[in-house]
Amino acid sequence: MAFYIVQFLTGLASAASLFLVASGLSIIFGVTRIVNFAHGAFYMLGAYVAFTLTDRFSGALGFWGGIVVAALIIAAVGVLVEMALLRRIYHSPELFQLLATFGLTLMVEDLVVLIWGPSELLGRRAPGFKGAVDFFGQNIPSYDLFLIALGPIVLGILWLLFQRTRWGVLVRAATQDRDMVAALGVNQKWLFTSVFAVGVFLAALGGALQIPRDAVHHAMDLRIIVDVFVVVVIGGLGSIIGAFVAAVLVSELNAFGILIFPKISIILVFLVMAAVLIVRPWGLFGKQEGPARRTPGLTVNPWRTLTSGERLAATAALIIAAALPLFSGNYALTIGSEIAIFVIFAASLHFLMAVGGLASFGHAAYFGLGAYGVAFLAKMAGLPMIVSLLLGPLLGCLGAAVFGFFAVQLSGVYFAMLTLAFAQIVWSIAFQWVTVTGGDNGILGVWPEKWAASPSHFYWLSLGIAALMVVGLRIVVFSPFGFALRATRDSPLRSEAIGIDGKRIQWTAFVIAGTVAGVAGALFAYLKGSVFPDSLGISLSVDALVMVLLGGVETISGAVVGAIVYKALNIWLVSQTDLSKLVLGAFIVLIVVAFPKGIVGMLETIRNRRRSASAKSALLASPIETAE
Amino acid sequence: MSMVPTLLSVEGLSKSYGGVHAVRGVSFELKAGEILALIGPNGAGKSTCFDMLNGQKDPDSGRIKLLGEDTAGRPPRAICRLGVGRTFQITATFPTMTVRENVQVALVSYRGQLFNLWSSTPWFEQGEAGRLLELVGMGGYADRPCGELAYGDLKRLELAVALANQPKLLLMDEPTAGMAPRERIELMRLTARIAREQSIGVLFTEHDMDVVFEHADRILVLNRGSLIAEGSPEQVRGNREVRAVYLGEGLVYDARHRKGLSV
Repeated sequence: MAFYIVQFLTGLASAASLFLVASGLSIIFGVTRIVNFAHGAFYMLGAYVAFTLTDRFSGALGFWGGIVVAALIIAAVGVLVEMALLRRIYHSPELFQLLATFGLTLMVEDLVVLIWGPSELLGRRAPGFKGAVDFFGQNIPSYDLFLIALGPIVLGILWLLFQRTRWGVLVRAATQDRDMVAALGVNQKWLFTSVFAVGVFLAALGGALQIPRDAVHHAMDLRIIVDVFVVVVIGGLGSIIGAFVAAVLVSELNAFGILIFPKISIILVFLVMAAVLIVRPWGLFGKQEGPARRTPGLTVNPWRTLTSGERLAATAALIIAAALPLFSGNYALTIGSEIAIFVIFAASLHFLMAVGGLASFGHAAYFGLGAYGVAFLAKMAGLPMIVSLLLGPLLGCLGAAVFGFFAVQLSGVYFAMLTLAFAQIVWSIAFQWVTVTGGDNGILGVWPEKWAASPSHFYWLSLGIAALMVVGLRIVVFSPFGFALRATRDSPLRSEAIGIDGKRIQWTAFVIAGTVAGVAGALFAYLKGSVFPDSLGISLSVDALVMVLLGGVETISGAVVGAIVYKALNIWLVSQTDLSKLVLGAFIVLIVVAFPKGIVGMLETIRNRRRSASAKSALLASPIETAE
Repeated sequence: MSMVPTLLSVEGLSKSYGGVHAVRGVSFELKAGEILALIGPNGAGKSTCFDMLNGQKDPDSGRIKLLGEDTAGRPPRAICRLGVGRTFQITATFPTMTVRENVQVALVSYRGQLFNLWSSTPWFEQGEAGRLLELVGMGGYADRPCGELAYGDLKRLELAVALANQPKLLLMDEPTAGMAPRERIELMRLTARIAREQSIGVLFTEHDMDVVFEHADRILVLNRGSLIAEGSPEQVRGNREVRAVYLGEGLVYDARHRKGLSV
């Protein structure tokens, strides 16, 4: 019995940091409507800076002072970030905000390694809380007891701050209607900045307080952000009480899940999250969001099918691509195959994002499931390559069917967070279930059969499948189903009124996108000859998002162009610099701020401007812009 | 009159929010080809009543019989499939499609082709889509992006979309809100003409009394959640209670107004 109580108390202690970070995220979202992906990065920075400060200054004052000062320093960094970056994108679509803050996260990961080095750092024990308390023969670290008390204290302070101060009243008012608060003469800029500072302070404090318990390392940002997303999805985004209750719930599930399913404890959290979402889609303490306001600047250009000239050009491009083996070496062909595979992957995400309006932050899950599907079939069942290629993606299809069912119940940032959490869960399973997936060592020796083994043959195979998939998805975009999907995205109210079951349509789209991603993953497994958990990882999901964004999210062919440019750039960059994340992160931020329409979108704008300029002379000519 | 089938019959419809009785025991009937207006001051319960009829809210009690089927608690899409067309107070259309495509999507749904992954939608039922657009006077706008339309044209497009499933009943929530006076009259004349030609029943809420008295066959007056009057425009205009709570005593007002001016 004592053992279970100790386990319970350990869970409560873990909940404290989680609550601090989650409440910060919630407060920032409530007022600015930005889901701050970089919150995990601020948490990590808090831990690193606190490590340095507590290491430098000795004594109790050095420790506790170091922790608070670290949080204050990071809050100041947060203010700079808010003023320099976020102020430019408050009116951008949610997806762009998520991506920009993700770009920041990538940059911070490299910066942290640059400053503090790649190895784990062990922090000082807290003065006065070094020992352990004996509890019926079990030891509880006294620092844990301190954290257990801290959670409710911070909750109380936040409550007082929001209920009893003028600032708190303004924040609550802005959470309900920020435009009205602005109309009443409140300086919105500084309100946003101060809210962001408080949120970041909480995240950094959460990180700093972890150093006596856990080692500080450069991957702690992604780990906490996934937990935090799960917490706010369960508790309800924007609710501080919800963040507290859900943080306790998730931490306890983790603490006891280890006892029940030691290998895949994260499944328990997933099951609870799924149950909450079915009963209360906006979380335990969340409120249903009003219909999203239409983003200003969103294109109104209807899509049109290709003209015969454009069709000819596309065919010519494909023929030129198919001629690549005639004049290039094996290395170029391998890269060509990889690019073709990523064209499929990007096109599948584009279908979900641009046509369905569902920005998935965990699309790699289905790519990776397709890859693992092939590995299982080829290695364990010993099936021939053709059969594995056909059946492997079905694992991606299955995953998309299960997760998609829950994900499409939500929309916007909730959808993004949930898909990210799902992908991370699949990743954890692949990583932890060593007996089946090989864990970190992956599954090796998934080589193509003789007929496809040479680089040129494999290149032609990949290119052919890529062409097939892109054309197939294009047909679906213009099919009645594609229009129903767009209708659901454009106006849920109207599509329901004309008899469309939006959730079913979106679920089907999710399954289609997941299956196509699975096809890409299946080819990828054969290209690399192996499968690792990385094929399910967050960075791959974000690669796909950047490809779509780079090409232009409002265009149909953007995904293809974006995938080619991005992948080529990425391969080149990795060969040139060790700080690829830093460069990539800066690149993402740059696209979001400076080129939100992407490459194809920009080309279209230029062409339309030219066309309308030439049409001006003609009377009655009203340019009707279209996107292809 | 008894030969004309009843499209919609509502019995004892009630809904409250917390302690507020938004709608209390409302009952009425609507026959094919009849144009019925639902009026009342702000907060009378018009919108709640409407939301229950079109499936956006579940009633606490009472029955809604639409074309012989009990529809209380069914989602809007199920009600659409029974043969109900809808327009909204603030137009709801698909801004990233052309005008014709807006109608085509509705036709896709009506023909049960929503999960067709193969055909080309721009070619889908072009003739029928064109006919519907001609009907509402939007034939010349078929290839225009919907996002470019003026508000009055959006209202007409919405009417064409609502007619795509060959409805037997049209539910129109403040159809002329936000329009210029001339456009209002034109839109309602158009609606009334189509309704009479195809003997579609129309239920609409409206604040513009000129529109109501010109086009409605019958008027229901709601106040504080209850029906206080029902009848032809003349009967309602002459009803004392209605004048007291809603229309106001026009003559008295006029007299006072003049007095104020002369002073």
